[in-house]
Amino acid sequence: MITFLQIPWPWYVAGFLIGIIVPVLLLLDNKSFGLSSSLRHICAACLPTKVSYFSYNWKKEIWNIFFVLGIILGAVIATNIIGNPKPIQLTATTIADMKKYHITDIYSLLPVDLFSFKALFSIRGFICIAVGGFLVGFGTRYAGGCTSGHAIMGLSNLQWTSLVATISFMLTGILFTRFILPFILQL
Amino acid sequence: MTEITNPSDEFSADTNTITTSISIKENIKYLLVGILFGIVFVKAEIISWFRIYEMFTFRSFHMFGVIGTALMVATISVFLIKKFKLKTIHGEAIVIKPKTFHKGQIFGSILFGIGWTLSGACPGPLFAQVGAGFIAITVSIFFALFGTWCYGYLKDKLPH
Repeated sequence: MITFLQIPWPWYVAGFLIGIIVPVLLLLDNKSFGLSSSLRHICAACLPTKVSYFSYNWKKEIWNIFFVLGIILGAVIATNIIGNPKPIQLTATTIADMKKYHITDIYSLLPVDLFSFKALFSIRGFICIAVGGFLVGFGTRYAGGCTSGHAIMGLSNLQWTSLVATISFMLTGILFTRFILPFILQL
Repeated sequence: MTEITNPSDEFSADTNTITTSISIKENIKYLLVGILFGIVFVKAEIISWFRIYEMFTFRSFHMFGVIGTALMVATISVFLIKKFKLKTIHGEAIVIKPKTFHKGQIFGSILFGIGWTLSGACPGPLFAQVGAGFIAITVSIFFALFGTWCYGYLKDKLPH
């Protein structure tokens, strides 16, 4: 058990635990699994405005904020108590790619070459941290959901509109990584 | 077919935030589910920028396995909930609000796909990355909130 807690968890364990959150939230109190709406609730709570998109009773959706706080806490626990002791295992081709892009930190979950306060002042770091963050917020709200809301919750409820959304963001990710990301990483 | 032109209908228009109180006791269970989710995010390396890179370049099966298994478990669960008309722990009938299609789901998903590639995170993992000690990601969250606010501000002008 202790050894299992310390190694990186395989995909089927992670997939099962994430999938089971869907019925748990429904059975607890009819809550639909989805994370990007938390961004909207935080905006509604922190920036009182006349913009109609943020004028609703956010306190009724407060469970979503508790859920997000739990995620942060869970990550703190996992990292500090049962963290994966070995560096992240990457495929040889990925390691070769990173060498080409002068990304030297291939041992942690995120490379410090791109995701640190120092990197924020480089062009590629700014694009990954700030532009990336902006597009995640803008895009998921425009799309009405993200990986959890569309690809898992929406598809499990057989919503064809979630299939359209999932295909759109997966295909964009594949094409963007193939054709545009290499240029950004070389900036 | 009725088309909802206002996607914000998802949440109650009742703006009476003062009288609604926040109950810690009522919400603590969601904190616990979140903690489990956060642990899975880190332990299965789902919050890793490298794992997303390897997913989008088809170098590794890992992320496809995670999302595929989660979808399978969720689909079977939702099917069983509907088939046996299960109720919530408070005895209420379970209703899942259907998602209404609008063109924004395509435009928004394309923008999100780019953001996911760049940051290596969808909204959930952004929070978990901060918890895992990558403090610079607070800047990403700030920009994600700014992006959300810009969407809300521009919503009526954008094609839906």
